[in-house]
Amino acid sequence: MSLLELDDVSVTYKLAGGELPAVRGVSLSLEAGEAVGVVGESGSGKSTLAMALLRLLPRDARISGRILLDGEDVLAMSWGRLRAVRWAQASIVFQGAQHGLNPVHRIGDQIAEPLLIHKLASPDQARRRVAELLDQVGLPGWRAKSYPHELSGGQRQRVMIAMALACEPRLIVADEPTTALDVMVQAQVLTLIRELIATDDISLLMISHDLSVLADLCDRLAVMYAGRVVETGPADGTFTHPYSRALAAAFPTIGDLSSRLAPKGLGGDPPDPLQLPSGCAFHPRCPVALDTCSTVSIELRPAGERRTAACVLAGEAV
Amino acid sequence: MLEANNLAVEFAGRGRRARAVDGVNLSVGAGEIVALVGESGCGKTTLARTLLGLERPTSGEVRYDGSALSHRGRALKAYRRQVQLILQDPMGSLNPRQTVYEAVAEGPRIHGLPDEEQVVAEALSRAGLRPPERFFLRYPHELSGGQRQRVVIAGALALNPKVLIADEPVASLDASVRGEILALLLRLRNELGLSALVVTHDLGLAWNIADRVAVMYLGRIVESGPVEQILTAPQHPYTQALLSVLPESPDRIVLTGEPPDPTRIPTGCRFHPRCQLLASGKAAAAGIDTACHSEPLPILSSAADPQTACHLTLVDS
Repeated sequence: MSLLELDDVSVTYKLAGGELPAVRGVSLSLEAGEAVGVVGESGSGKSTLAMALLRLLPRDARISGRILLDGEDVLAMSWGRLRAVRWAQASIVFQGAQHGLNPVHRIGDQIAEPLLIHKLASPDQARRRVAELLDQVGLPGWRAKSYPHELSGGQRQRVMIAMALACEPRLIVADEPTTALDVMVQAQVLTLIRELIATDDISLLMISHDLSVLADLCDRLAVMYAGRVVETGPADGTFTHPYSRALAAAFPTIGDLSSRLAPKGLGGDPPDPLQLPSGCAFHPRCPVALDTCSTVSIELRPAGERRTAACVLAGEAV
Repeated sequence: MLEANNLAVEFAGRGRRARAVDGVNLSVGAGEIVALVGESGCGKTTLARTLLGLERPTSGEVRYDGSALSHRGRALKAYRRQVQLILQDPMGSLNPRQTVYEAVAEGPRIHGLPDEEQVVAEALSRAGLRPPERFFLRYPHELSGGQRQRVVIAGALALNPKVLIADEPVASLDASVRGEILALLLRLRNELGLSALVVTHDLGLAWNIADRVAVMYLGRIVESGPVEQILTAPQHPYTQALLSVLPESPDRIVLTGEPPDPTRIPTGCRFHPRCQLLASGKAAAAGIDTACHSEPLPILSSAADPQTACHLTLVDS
């Protein structure tokens, strides 16, 4: 059984002007110990998907489909059960760590909070566990007494990761965990995450707009566009879907002469979810679109070794 | 074209002086794109602001077209027609209650240019917003992120500048849009002969569009030269570390610690507390470890040839 299984998950926000389909029929699974990356641009629905996993969405969002965490349907859970599952079985590291921490509490107390709430430790044990966790994320133990403003951005993100690890969850969902950080600090945090998933048998679902970071850290990747997964496959393979290929080309490999003085991008803009294009939502920007693409919607289909892609050309030579 | 000579900018704060820019020589030639690369807090944005005349240098000077930049009102106004700034976040640099037309026309009005409508239309279409009339009456919130950045670029182009200074021009944009904006900057150079200084933390961006790159660390340029050479065969340990943490690279050199504090610049080589060559004993083996700790390095010149401010490379050459 997969640790996490999404089956035809859709999320729709109710707005004054109508309904906004943020996630449209996503199916995805994550095995124990596996690291899966979800990549997409702003508005692709990737963060909404992450929040839906633990039902952290605002009230005006409607979720349909099935989300199975360790075989248990998250959407059918009672609030009490959901509270027990959050942190203890699955935890989330959000982007922008500065906003995730309470500025008026010492970080040690904040890390200990879920342990105490879930009655997993006595105050004494919690204190010891906090020191252990800080050490695990590479911060000195005396930092437990610090307030968030005394830490740098990278250190705060480490604290967020320590919080996520506190109750020894089996799954960590990381939403853009390094986006606001400097390159070198980003490298430090990524090294930390890499070590954690290698040693602690923790599964990781990481969400990012940066394909290169995910390709490096994850076993498998899912590419989202306009609320849908348009491609899944091993992280070290070559992409099939024209959108994934464009995304991969957007960040050049230094030393690759074909991209020297030749930045590559896509024409047009990501679609407005309130006015999605007909047929394949990517067709207005697609460099290889056929006439039928504007009318026929394409589901994921096999596209090579352990790979699926939602493109008419998938499985053929593009 | 645009030159910084021994430029230093200090800020006073909490009793200590922050030397944000601490002796920089840098030049941008006509039709040249130079990337200024560094982590946040290294002084790259302060340097860019000083080049624009938004910040007064503590010492040294900014030279444009052979003469020193004057900070008197009229001279500065004339200078800003020539040298224009593009900021990172287009939503922040556009007034949400101004139409695209008003935003782009603001510069030409201040400078009293004739044929305003034609100037605006031309700037918009150069920035890739065509047909321009269709965008005149739109508001920023009606545009996508890429289009907004194009409006900001059009605002800069409306004054027919010679130099663009772009501070992280694509950092807030989506990956698929990023390439198009970079291609636009490159096209402006090729078609209009514009020079550009692009301030960024993104080495891939430098590889994509720049001719030359200067790597900044704690207020100084530590390595500079042609992009191909610096990015494929970096000499300075800091540049080597920056390149090594890019996802594709095989051996990561992850520097410990945070970007350092410009109020406490280390003695000797300012990079030495984080230097991986010093930590691994390589510097000691070359007999330069005392120099790393105590001997300051010479400031790099603004020449286009590859140069490195590192005791180890000084010994080697």
